[in-house]
Amino acid sequence: MADAKPRIRLDRKEVRKGEAVEVKTLVSHVMETGLRHAADGRLIPRMIINRFTCELDGTFVFGCDLESAVSANPYFAFKFRPQRSGTLAFTWIDDEGTRIEATETVKVT
Amino acid sequence: MSDTRELVGWAKAAATHPRLCAGIAPVLIILLILGIASATAFAESKLAHPAWREHAIKAPGKEYPLQEIVSGLWFRTPETQAIQEDDFNNPGFFGVEEGEALWSKPEGAAGKSCASCHQDAAASMKGVGAVTPKWSDKLNKPVNLEQQINICRSEHMGAQPWAFGSNELTAMTTYVRFQSRGMPVALRVDGPMSPWLARGKALYYTRVGQLDLACASCHEKNHGKYLRADFLSQGQTNGFPVYRLRDQRLVPLHERIEGCVFDVRGTPYPPLSDDAVALELYLAWRGTGLPVETPAVRN
Repeated sequence: MADAKPRIRLDRKEVRKGEAVEVKTLVSHVMETGLRHAADGRLIPRMIINRFTCELDGTFVFGCDLESAVSANPYFAFKFRPQRSGTLAFTWIDDEGTRIEATETVKVT
Repeated sequence: MSDTRELVGWAKAAATHPRLCAGIAPVLIILLILGIASATAFAESKLAHPAWREHAIKAPGKEYPLQEIVSGLWFRTPETQAIQEDDFNNPGFFGVEEGEALWSKPEGAAGKSCASCHQDAAASMKGVGAVTPKWSDKLNKPVNLEQQINICRSEHMGAQPWAFGSNELTAMTTYVRFQSRGMPVALRVDGPMSPWLARGKALYYTRVGQLDLACASCHEKNHGKYLRADFLSQGQTNGFPVYRLRDQRLVPLHERIEGCVFDVRGTPYPPLSDDAVALELYLAWRGTGLPVETPAVRN
């Protein structure tokens, strides 16, 4: 399920200035904790998304560092008040440095 | 009133007999604490019970062992139900998407994909998930979705069958059964199927494992009650493969049955074996009329 596209949903794509938009995201990732052992006793190395960010045309909107307690396929929802129209860029970065990226537009009237 | 009088009586006795008092007071306190604790526990347990009964459908006939049939969804917490009810939040849809991608991907010697024969899954697979396992004249036994997918792969595509429990097989099963979402489960269990239904029934009521429990011990006689921290459902199969929050992935039905048998410390029926398929058939029949929920979300 690693190559599934991340999912982004805005509760509305067009808002008046000052109004809040709710953003929901869901991304497919194993989020291996690094604490589990395989059947042969070997430790399964940690492999998690360690950072999630959302930027509106380069301006930081929301982000966080993730730790190993977050379950597989992490889900984020947050609200923000866009000041201008633009493209929201979502980035998830995992321990191997793989970047999962997605974009969504928002219009401010 | 009599309680108060008794207490007053005790108090008087305690006042006049200090030595008795020393012995009685802790007992009274403990009783009081127990009383409060049990009252709180009762209030909490009432709150925690999902209102599963409200969602029952009537069994189509008297021959069905459960006259009120309830999907496992309604035995779960409102939070879990909310994840399933919103397709965006439901992580089971990653499996649906993977299955959709595999559907049109050619594999094997014949250079065919599923779509080469079946075209659009939304049309050709509609209803399939509601009627499986289905009788196969060729194999002279019932065949479930996973087996049918692998039969197609080896016979028509010239491809290797997918291993049970592989991402691919579970994703494809999920994708195919998703095409029947909302349709009522309705299997044909007459004719050559009836001995298989009987076999599944026998397995359902046979006590197995060190704990000596049958499927019926929990799911027929005690659904709607707690088994330790587990709120027991009717063990319906209309949502499989289900996304289990515990496993953080889609789990096929035969793996879930393995889990149950393992939990009672029995020897699980090997996935896709005749026993497992017979049990799948019987379980599906018990839930006749329930809407297919694939991909469901469970704890």
